[in-house]
Amino acid sequence: MKKLISLLLALALCLTCFAAMAEGAKENLKVGFIFLHDENSTYDNNFMTGAKAACEKLGVEYVLVPNIAEGEACYEKAAELAEGGCDIVFADSFGHESYMIQAAKEFPEVEFCHATGTRAHTEGLANYHNAFATIYQGRYLAGVAAGLKLNEMIANGAFTAEEAKIGYVGAYPYAEVKSGYTSFFLGVRSVCPTVTMEVTFTNSWYDEALEKEGAQMLINNGCKLISQHADSMGAPTACETAGVPDVSYNGSTVDACPNTFIVSSRIDWEPYFEYIINCVKNGEAIATDWCGTIETGSVVLTDVNEKAAAAGTVEKLEEVKAGLLDGSIKVFDTAAFTVKGEPLTTYLADVDDMGDYQGETEVVIDGQFVESGEGFRSAPYFDLDIDGITMLGA
Amino acid sequence: MPSPQTAKTQAREPLFHITKRVLVPRFTGLKVRLIAIVLAMAVCALLTTILTGENPLSIFQSIFSGSFGTVRKTWSTIRDVAILLIISVAVTPAFRMRFWNVGGDGQALAGCLAAAACMITLRDVMPSWAIMICMTVASIAAGALWGFLPAFFKAKWGTNETLFTLMMNYIATQLVAFFCVVWENPKGSGQIGIINQRTQIGWLPVIGESKYHLFSIIVAVVVCLAMYFYLNYHKHGFELTVVGESERTAHYVGIKVDRVIMRTMLLSGAVCGLTGLLLVGSVNHTLTTTLVDGRGFTAVMVAWLAHFNPLWMVLTSFLLVLLDRGASEIATNFALNESFSDILTGVILFFIIGSEFFIRYEIHFRHHPGKEAAEHV
Repeated sequence: MKKLISLLLALALCLTCFAAMAEGAKENLKVGFIFLHDENSTYDNNFMTGAKAACEKLGVEYVLVPNIAEGEACYEKAAELAEGGCDIVFADSFGHESYMIQAAKEFPEVEFCHATGTRAHTEGLANYHNAFATIYQGRYLAGVAAGLKLNEMIANGAFTAEEAKIGYVGAYPYAEVKSGYTSFFLGVRSVCPTVTMEVTFTNSWYDEALEKEGAQMLINNGCKLISQHADSMGAPTACETAGVPDVSYNGSTVDACPNTFIVSSRIDWEPYFEYIINCVKNGEAIATDWCGTIETGSVVLTDVNEKAAAAGTVEKLEEVKAGLLDGSIKVFDTAAFTVKGEPLTTYLADVDDMGDYQGETEVVIDGQFVESGEGFRSAPYFDLDIDGITMLGA
Repeated sequence: MPSPQTAKTQAREPLFHITKRVLVPRFTGLKVRLIAIVLAMAVCALLTTILTGENPLSIFQSIFSGSFGTVRKTWSTIRDVAILLIISVAVTPAFRMRFWNVGGDGQALAGCLAAAACMITLRDVMPSWAIMICMTVASIAAGALWGFLPAFFKAKWGTNETLFTLMMNYIATQLVAFFCVVWENPKGSGQIGIINQRTQIGWLPVIGESKYHLFSIIVAVVVCLAMYFYLNYHKHGFELTVVGESERTAHYVGIKVDRVIMRTMLLSGAVCGLTGLLLVGSVNHTLTTTLVDGRGFTAVMVAWLAHFNPLWMVLTSFLLVLLDRGASEIATNFALNESFSDILTGVILFFIIGSEFFIRYEIHFRHHPGKEAAEHV
């Protein structure tokens, strides 16, 4: 008993020491991160990895708060983090936005940063910021890899060029998703001109059963290759079971799908986290809308799985990537697609998201649809239905 | 009872046997519950050390600081207790009547939907105060309807109320999912976001600072007291208790059982609908399918642990909120997955629910004439 008591006392002493040390290091920055789910979601895990890496690299204190619903809980947690001494509070889910804005108004001395949101540029708050990345470039690259695979299968006589149809499991018919699958499709079509695509929506960001069912349905419809914009392993595992090639999202699924995984695009959030931490450290303003690119290291591809990908994929991707970087390849080049049989010459996008569903900003400039454009907003707003893509159940 | 006819049967007397306590001594209940909580804490501490290597004391400290760490957390905790309390009080009259209403979630969600519908569709046609009146009426009516339907079918055709109320939950969830798409903002996102964030139309009044949530807390106190008096001092309360004890007795003394069932479920549903009003109009200002967050089911446990006494429910709902908030605090502070705190919550609830057994029943160990000491084990 005495031993136990002395052990407990010793522990208590240690804890007090640690606590005192933490108090002493208060000079440093502290960042609070709010996540919708925990590390089991590929989407949130991608943010967590970036957050840890950035904070540890720059040596700042950080708190990771998982499982915060898109409701009052988000505001309360953001306020708690601000009161708890965080200099920056970050939230990762689209539905957190209204609650982050509410907290930002209450704590003007704390910086609030939000990924995938659309309202920073219209709210006019100095301490509220949105961020995204030109993930459409990553999707386009992944599409090129998919197109090469189709070409290989056509050359092998698996099906004819006219039968080249691919499937896409989307979350919601929302601009972020539409921009994603359209850029992917344009990437595929840049190397495989006869391709068509079918899209199905799960109406959920994370629903493993629905995503699996959706992928299975597309495969039954005759789709030769599948990609997805939803956060679970549903679609990749359905593809592995059916032996259909899959282009993934948010990170590599090669461990679970060694025979069908080709490549995956994802946003690396570490550069953004480093950027905001450095801004606060140096007393500089954080951009209202920050959009990461291939150059900033925000848009990345995983390693190509040589076992499933077509020969020469890696070399071709390097070539296309170079084209995207020097501007000779534009993803949303209006010469590359038509809408209802007509080429696109003008489009008013709903960039200023005032709840009116009305487009107000001309985004077709110099022969391309300017997605996530400088001075507009970082979150995607490409919501056109281009020819060649069929939406199922719409 | 083994008869002492032969030596053989005597030798077969079981190690222990269980009898129901006729009268529960006043302090036995308290004593058994305290022992249960201490044991639960000990098992949690042991599990924590073995599985995670963390100091169990700091885990307990986290549970506490998750609820009372700051002024804001303390008020949020009280607000959470208030919301859980109302919904628990709401399902109570039905339970007293032995009507197993597991549809608290759906009834509250129906109230949420009605309140949000008023905030969205009426915002351009009415002043804010008129919208608030509409919201109150609509959400109470919607909750009452969701409670009334299973009661009506039970009273008229003897349908199973557990299944019926459960199914009504899914209907409410799907309706909300549908309207989330109808009222989505921005287009295609399937999300409503904060309703009327700039104008605050239809936001229920704030008493003092908004972070104190006094409005919800006051409503909860009023509802809890009103229900206590309704159940214990009103004729209706007496009638529904009789129906619960025995429908035949109720018939015999001239109580119209059908009417009591429908009336009681109207009340249960209406109070659940009121919870929905608070969740949308006062707490979240949005509509999602997960807004009620299973509180309708947690309420069953709250009500049960409190022996259907609304005043004791203050304590039991506090206990469950404390565990829930503590769980999320542990996940944050120790970078443990939230599943771990779910394990701790499970252990604690297991002991508390288990303790009810020892309060209602007594265990008698085998009598050894030569070993008096064994009796006192």
